[in-house]
Amino acid sequence: MSPRRDARKARIALTVNGEERDVVFAGYKTLLEVLREDLGLTGTKHGCELGECGACAVLVDGQPVLSCLLLAVECAGADVTTVEGLARGPALSLLQAAFADKGAAQCGYCTPGILVTAQALLERKAHPTRAEIAEALSGNLCRCTGYLQIFEAVEEAARAEPHAQGPAAGRPHVRTEAGA
Amino acid sequence: MMRAPDFRYHAARSVKDAARALKDGGPDAMLIAGGTDLVPNLKRRQQTPALLIGIRHLRELRRIRNGKGLMIGGAVRLSEVAADRKVLRHYPALARAAGLVATPQIRNMGTLGGNLCLDTRCTYYNQSYEWRQAINFCMKAPGATGGHACATPTGDAICWVATSSPRCWAVSSTDTAPALIALGARVTLVSSDGERDIPLEELYADDGMAYLTKSADEILTVVHLPPEDAAVRSTYWKLRRRGSFDFPVLGVAAAVRFGEGNTVSDARVVLGAVASHPVLVPESAELVGRRLTDDVVEAFADAAAAHAKPMDNTDLALGWRKKVARRYVAGALRELKEAHAAK
Amino acid sequence: MKVVGQARRRVDARAKVTGQTRFADDVVLPRMLYGKLLRSAHPHALIVEIAASAARAAPGVHLVLTGADFPTAYGIMPVSQDEHALCRGKVRYVGDPVAAVIAASEREAADALALIRVTYEPLATIASPEEALRTAEPRIQDYGEGPNLHRLAHFAFGDVEPALAGADQVFEDVFFYQGSTHLSLEQHATVAALDADGRLTLWSSTQTPHYLHRELARALDMPAHHIRVIATPNGGGFGGKSDPFNHEIVAAKAALVTGRPVKITLTREEVFYAHRGRHPVLMRLKTGVRQDGTIVAMDLETLLDGGAYGSYGPASTLYTGQLQTVTYHVPRYRFRACRAFTNKPPCGPKRGHGTPQPRFAQEVQLDKIAVALGRDPADLRLQQLAPANSVTANWLTIGSMGLKPCIERVVQGSAWRERRGQLPFGRGLGMACSSYLCGAGLPIYWNEMPHSGVQLQLDRSGRVTVFCGATEIGQGSDDVLAAIIAEVLGLETTDIKLVTGDTDLTPVDLGSYSSRVTLMMGNAAIQAAERAKAILSASAGQKLGLPAERVAFADRRVFDVENPSAGMAFQEAVVAAEVEHGTLGTTGSYRPPRSAARYRGGGVGPSVAYSYTAAVVEVEVDPATGWVRVSKVWIGHDIGRVINPVLARGQVEGGVYMGLGEALMEEQAFRRLPPRLSSALVHKIPSMLEYKSPTALEMPEVVTYFIEDPDPSGPFGAKEVGQGPLLPIAPAVANAVFDAVGVRVDQVPITPDLVLAALGAKAKGKSGRVGPEAFPAVPWPEALVVPPPWEGGNGKAINEPAKSRDALPTHHSGTAGVKV
Repeated sequence: MSPRRDARKARIALTVNGEERDVVFAGYKTLLEVLREDLGLTGTKHGCELGECGACAVLVDGQPVLSCLLLAVECAGADVTTVEGLARGPALSLLQAAFADKGAAQCGYCTPGILVTAQALLERKAHPTRAEIAEALSGNLCRCTGYLQIFEAVEEAARAEPHAQGPAAGRPHVRTEAGA
Repeated sequence: MMRAPDFRYHAARSVKDAARALKDGGPDAMLIAGGTDLVPNLKRRQQTPALLIGIRHLRELRRIRNGKGLMIGGAVRLSEVAADRKVLRHYPALARAAGLVATPQIRNMGTLGGNLCLDTRCTYYNQSYEWRQAINFCMKAPGATGGHACATPTGDAICWVATSSPRCWAVSSTDTAPALIALGARVTLVSSDGERDIPLEELYADDGMAYLTKSADEILTVVHLPPEDAAVRSTYWKLRRRGSFDFPVLGVAAAVRFGEGNTVSDARVVLGAVASHPVLVPESAELVGRRLTDDVVEAFADAAAAHAKPMDNTDLALGWRKKVARRYVAGALRELKEAHAAK
Repeated sequence: MKVVGQARRRVDARAKVTGQTRFADDVVLPRMLYGKLLRSAHPHALIVEIAASAARAAPGVHLVLTGADFPTAYGIMPVSQDEHALCRGKVRYVGDPVAAVIAASEREAADALALIRVTYEPLATIASPEEALRTAEPRIQDYGEGPNLHRLAHFAFGDVEPALAGADQVFEDVFFYQGSTHLSLEQHATVAALDADGRLTLWSSTQTPHYLHRELARALDMPAHHIRVIATPNGGGFGGKSDPFNHEIVAAKAALVTGRPVKITLTREEVFYAHRGRHPVLMRLKTGVRQDGTIVAMDLETLLDGGAYGSYGPASTLYTGQLQTVTYHVPRYRFRACRAFTNKPPCGPKRGHGTPQPRFAQEVQLDKIAVALGRDPADLRLQQLAPANSVTANWLTIGSMGLKPCIERVVQGSAWRERRGQLPFGRGLGMACSSYLCGAGLPIYWNEMPHSGVQLQLDRSGRVTVFCGATEIGQGSDDVLAAIIAEVLGLETTDIKLVTGDTDLTPVDLGSYSSRVTLMMGNAAIQAAERAKAILSASAGQKLGLPAERVAFADRRVFDVENPSAGMAFQEAVVAAEVEHGTLGTTGSYRPPRSAARYRGGGVGPSVAYSYTAAVVEVEVDPATGWVRVSKVWIGHDIGRVINPVLARGQVEGGVYMGLGEALMEEQAFRRLPPRLSSALVHKIPSMLEYKSPTALEMPEVVTYFIEDPDPSGPFGAKEVGQGPLLPIAPAVANAVFDAVGVRVDQVPITPDLVLAALGAKAKGKSGRVGPEAFPAVPWPEALVVPPPWEGGNGKAINEPAKSRDALPTHHSGTAGVKV
């Protein structure tokens, strides 16, 4: 082995799940890699790294995006929410609780990306129709459930909480199953 | 995980700054806006720029403004285009096309300018470096020759879609270009040497490799839509396997202006994903002065479908795609006729 | 029952919705290195030389491995040990691993791969079973039952020829079922590490930790008890993580050599190469029927495209015929099967393993028979169901059989009688039925030990910990295990601490395949829990002054069944038992009963119970484009007993989903470049974008009916639900397309171009059928003759055909010419 090159390191400050983070990372990395490898947030998954499955979805400034296609150097100052940021303390969010109760997570691998995407939908539209839910989640492949129990879980969460209407920005307004 | 290669990154401070950096960087520099087209290509090594110039944050590129018509910045997100009230109301073909690109998350990232400049696609090209090594590459993305692959020494000069062809047959797969060409849009191109406006159709060339006419250091900054016109109806029909993710294997954009007695006073029908460039159907002009009767629609659909030259380098059977092109053109025109009648 | 049958949050739900489930690629260890595999760019070639010195010297590189480092062959089945972790002497498909780089980062490992120079000598390629049949040389493997034929099988369960000759009508069709892949969202990943005590631990996304454990010991030449395999929760399996894989053995070896943890995670493209998915199968099916459509004899030939290696192929081959007799009564049956080697990634088990293909053939042909004879397809099926508690022509023993109510429910739900054949042109209904195993009757390697073991540990805190080798792949095996223990001991599922899928800590369970876990693990769990209950009953009974028989368990209490207020907390009962017996623990085991099939090959097919499914699918077909949209599915499943209705329904809907994908779009397709220009034979579309799988927008409404007729063999009567519901979907879609527009597409996927072509042919007065035209000549061996029970048989063959000589791998190919 020859000496390792001084890999091009980059450094950015961003907000992740409400916490300010300052992170140094190999400059070629996407947000996905930095979240999983440099910030230790392995809740965000990867199924293709090419934008073809939706497993890596996170919220950036309230909008669901694919972290595998977002260069981390472009995330300076971004406000990022991952699946780890949905619960409040020990209490599951209403959406998480509905996913747990309705069988929306089988293997659970697509679940983090679907949860954040559905959370953004509910921020935007408190009581989406089945067709709107399907459309919002049409960029997230799931191979286990056939999607129907996922749809039901989103509907259940919508029933459980009257969400604030209006455009989403920043951290989602999460209510939890314990009412925390 | 697939990993991108090393690159330097410059966050442009302005369009002017980006243009200068692009010129200074020469052939090793590329712009990055939404990144949804470029980042996969970085990971698969179709492109390995030494310098990336980020323009996603530039406010001047992220505005939708009223001018003589509507002006949409090149870095406006596709989801914003699709949801814009004015676009929805006056330019429905664009709203629909933008709203059908890829997936919701990708539309939250991908930009209008990026979709217009989308790299042409081909099932021999949109593959990993290793896969392309196994076919010994193709003319659109030659690879390093090495000891590992030796399928054919001539692979780098070949288009595997049509092996005796001297050109590349990669497919124009943008949804928004057909819609915008049908609507008569123009685009502004800015370089460090100045700027120019061209009709959008002139941005494209019939070549899978050199598919854009703009020079490498020009930045697509603004899309200009003509003034709203209550007599114009427009639509976009997209054919693909699934309701999400997939690029078009056929796009039909149609914009028709209806005049006196429901006759057509102007018409532009554009086919996407049937060639290396969006195809403005020349017979569109012949619709002027006629009513969209079933006979007229069917005759036009026949003529339009003749311009569809699908190749075996996208999804779905090519003979079938050609047949469906006819149906889609007719369907799109009927939709416009009915929309006009329902006014 | 308080737990079984109740809808509840699965025990691992919290971890899954908070992102805390630790999948294999989420395992991060200090000093961890990363591995990448160099894969062949050639479909078939000899390796002349591997020059790796530049890679060894590259930045960050710790180790380069090649085939020379892996002398021992392995493979999931003892009869097909034809794999090496890295190729030795020869590559057999594009993607076959040739070398590995272990480096400080994954990027550095990937960069160094490009520095390895491999010199190949290309060989001619085989792209299809038809080519394999006519190509003696070069051989892809040096073993098999023909030059490029892996397996050949020929069974005669009674003499079909006179039965066919005596039938009122004989129907003969050729069908093709395209190959598809599992496409689990999680890409395979593994982490290997040397423990402080010098032993090896491997975390891996595997459905079969026990088999992986055995093969690691073999391939690494290490004692198995020095190796620990931990099956991390799988991010989807569907059969795709059931083989021991190259990257697992490479990572283990690299950890042994470097002394540092090593992670290898496959890219999506590499997962397409790892494959082991659905075999493409060409089938000829000949069925003789009486005038009312009752089957008198069936003659089935199947030709499987196996890819380049054996994998589960010997079992897959037999599964393309052995379960055909379990759904309908087949008095005489001939089954011939051939698995060919081709220069493609190996096929193996995917949900339904080998059975969806012949199921498609039979169910579509039955629909044709019904139409030809003017019978309602539902009645045609109902009149000839295989009887409960019977033995089939090929000696499979059927226990409970609930297909009749399944059919009745979907007929009623879909208004079949009123709507089939009555809907406007372009809309239609189609029906199909199926059956599936509840666990393979035999293990992969011959042994007489339990198929599943469970240990329970209880202590004075009231803690109940259950240890079992079963593997959670998303199907809910952990929840089933907790539910069964909780039901017996009167607890909640959340009271049970689970330790599963860990070869150091848990008793062996053979793995999550063949829909075996609920039944086998469940029975072992009941035995362990009942034994614990007996101990606690006796001790608690003593304290309560009651005979043990009067002690009941519910609501976390142990009490007098005749006077429920007299009792104690569960924890107090454990304390009483610990006082009496000392440290508490029980075990349970399960091994299925011996099969009635005593002939060679009869090990594939037997199961202690079979599940049954009936489905009706409604489609809308656009006659202008041939586009097929599935608008609704009604599905009835004979599950015996539902353990958790939320999870059971999820399995059905997921099976319907995957079946629809296969019916309409999924294809593991390959492309050969023009031979005059290139020797390339590549996977056409190894990406999630171009391998089409249905999205949220393609999924129709599904109405699920469970038929609960408890099977005496199942835990609380439960049968399987993970695989069976996929089986009827593709043929039901094909039959619905016929009902909608009157054309037959005798192959899957049913793409719009095929439908439009069939419509075009019909409009020109032709048959309105598209599909394969011919079945090639196969050198079938002499039949193994096994008389059915009703012809005086005893489950054994009455003859002994010669076995081909070179059926097993010889392992002397390989090392020549490799210079490293």
